[in-house]
Amino acid sequence: MEEEQEGQGGIQESLKRIDDNIWEIPIGTKPGMNVPGRIFLSDKLIHNLEPEALDQVANVAMLPGIQKYSMAMPDAHLGYGFPIGGVAAFDEEEGVISPGGVGFDINCGVRLLRSNLTVDDVRPVMKELTEKLFQSVPAGVGSKSRLRASDSELDDIFLHGSRWAVENGYGVEADLEHCEGGGCIEGGDVSHISSKARKRGKPQAGTLGSGNHFLEVQYIDQIYDREVAEKFGLEEGQVTFMIHCGSRGTGHQICTDHLRTISQASKKYKISLPDKQLACAPAQSDEAQNYFRSMICAANYAWNNRQVITHWTREVISDIFRSDMDELGLDLVYDVAHNVAKLEEHTVDGKKKNVYVHRKGATRAFPPGHKDVPQAYRDVGQPVLIPGSMGTASFVLHGAEASMDISFGSACHGAGRVMSRAHAKKEFHGEDVKSDLEKSGIMVRAAHPSVIAEEAPGVYKSSSDVVNVVHDLGIAGKVARMMPLGVVKG
Amino acid sequence: MQNSDLEYEYLEHTADAKFRAYGKTMEEAFENAAVAMFNVMINTSKVDCIHTEDIELTAPDIDDLLVDWLSELLFIFEVDFISFGKFEVKSITQEDGEYKLSARASGEEIDLEKHEIDTEVKAATYNDLKAEETPEGFMVQVTVDT
Repeated sequence: MEEEQEGQGGIQESLKRIDDNIWEIPIGTKPGMNVPGRIFLSDKLIHNLEPEALDQVANVAMLPGIQKYSMAMPDAHLGYGFPIGGVAAFDEEEGVISPGGVGFDINCGVRLLRSNLTVDDVRPVMKELTEKLFQSVPAGVGSKSRLRASDSELDDIFLHGSRWAVENGYGVEADLEHCEGGGCIEGGDVSHISSKARKRGKPQAGTLGSGNHFLEVQYIDQIYDREVAEKFGLEEGQVTFMIHCGSRGTGHQICTDHLRTISQASKKYKISLPDKQLACAPAQSDEAQNYFRSMICAANYAWNNRQVITHWTREVISDIFRSDMDELGLDLVYDVAHNVAKLEEHTVDGKKKNVYVHRKGATRAFPPGHKDVPQAYRDVGQPVLIPGSMGTASFVLHGAEASMDISFGSACHGAGRVMSRAHAKKEFHGEDVKSDLEKSGIMVRAAHPSVIAEEAPGVYKSSSDVVNVVHDLGIAGKVARMMPLGVVKG
Repeated sequence: MQNSDLEYEYLEHTADAKFRAYGKTMEEAFENAAVAMFNVMINTSKVDCIHTEDIELTAPDIDDLLVDWLSELLFIFEVDFISFGKFEVKSITQEDGEYKLSARASGEEIDLEKHEIDTEVKAATYNDLKAEETPEGFMVQVTVDT
C-alpha cells in the first residue's frame, strides 16, 4: 500500500504512506539525508502535522551515523533542532550526540503513584486536597523549595538521582525499583557543570516549575487490558497521582552551556548543519562526552526532583486521610523520562550494537522480557505513561514487541500542542477555563490564571487519538485510562 | 516592510514564543529583543527600574552574542529573582574575531503581589535565529523555549 499525500505543497508532497500509521519522507527529499524520515500518524492526525516539523525530521536524518530512520511520534510538533516527539539513534562510534535531540528541559518526565483510595473517597475532599498539594509542592516561576541542597548534596543528586532522595528520607527503596533505570543513569560527571547551572539548581530541587508541568489527582475510568493492569496494580475506580516535571533551571542551563561548546565542535569536526539548533559533535569526542555526562547529571537531578515531590505528595495525602502511605497503598507505579539521550543496545540490520538513542518528547517503551524492565513488570513490558492535557484523559500503556523494531523502543509522550501559548491566551480566559473545569468536577489550582489559559484542553490534540496510533502499531498497548479530578499547575 | 516605529512583534509558534525585534542600530535591536522576551514573562510596564546590573559579554559571533545576552538576563531573573524593564546596550563591537557587548539592565526584585508572572521562559534557542541589517535598520529574530 503506497499513496502520496496530495496537494499540501512542500515537503508534505513527498510523504509516502507505507502502512496505516506509518508515513515516510524518502531519502533525497532534502539533500544530505542519510536515512528516511518516519512519522507515525493516523488519518485523524495527519492534518495536524506542521510542514516545519516534517522539515525538522528530514534535517535530523542528515546527521552523521544516524541509524535506520529519523522518527517522529504521533504527538510530534515543531520544536527546535529536533521536532518535539522526535526519536533518533546514532552509532556509538560513527554517530553524534546532539543537545537539540534532548531539549532544554532534560529528563522532563512523568511518574504515576497509585493508591487504595477510590473516586468516592476523594471527591468530597478534592478542594482541600488540591489546595494542600499546591501549598506543599512549590509551583510556578520563582517558587523556592523547602529543600536547600548544599554543594556536596547537589553533587550527590547529580550523580545518584532518586537514590539521594530515598537515602535522605524522601521515599522508599521500592520507589527506585519501579522507576526507569532505578531513577538514575550511571556515568554522570559534575566537572563540566557550570556554576550558573549549580546556582539555578540549588533552590529548585523539589519544585514543580511552570508551563505544562503539573501534579494531577486522577481516577481510573477504564481498563483495556486486565492482565497487564493487574501487574501494574491498577483497577477501575482507583485514584492515582501523576507528577509531570523536569530538571528545572539546572537542566536548561546545562543545555545552554553545552550548546555553545557543541556548536563550536560542529564547526571543528566539519559537520554541516541545516539548523544551528541541531548542533552536534562526534559521539566519542570530548565535547560530546562532556555534554553527555553533564546531561546525565541533569537527568538524575530531575529524577530526584520527582522523587522529593512524590514524598511531599504522600505526606499531604496521609495527612488528609489520616493514614500512613502503606495503608493508603501509595506506591510508585513507574517513572518515565521524556527528554533524554541514552546509550542502549539495539538490533540494527540483524546485528546487536550500542547506539545513543535521543528521545525528545518521547517515552521509552521497552517490551516484555527486556532486561531493563523492572522484574515485577518484566513479563508484560514497562509501563508507558502518557499524560493528557489539563481536563482530558491520561493513559497507562505497556511497552510492546514492535517497539524495538519500529522505534528503537520508544513511544509518544503526550497529547502534543496544536495552538501557541500566545494564541491560547487570546482564545481562552484562565478563569473561564477554570470554572468550566470545576463544573465538570475538576479542581484546578494554579500559580496564575494565564497558565490555565495557555494549557487549556483545547490547545492540545486528543490524547486518545495519539495513543491509538502507538497501540495500533504495536509499540505500546493500552492498559488503563485516567480522568482528572484535580490539577495543581505551576 | 517593517514599520519604522515598531520595536518588536511576536510571531506564531506552536510550542514556544518567537519574536522579531527592530532598531536603528544593532544595539537598539538587542534592547528591544530583551523587552520582548521579558514581556513574555511579565508586564514590564509595571517594573520599576530601581536596580541596575552591568553586563559585559564576549562571543564568537553575533548569533551567539544574542543568545548569551538573553541567557544572561534569564539567569539573573531566575537566580536573583529580578525582572528588568529597561535595557541600554551601550555598545556591540567586533574585535579580533570576537563580538563584545556592554550593557546595563534596570529593574527590580519581583514582588508577586505587584508583578504577575505569566509564561516562564526556559531558554533562548538558536532555532531560526537571525541578527541582520535590513533596509530600515537592524532586525533580530529569536525563539525562546517556554
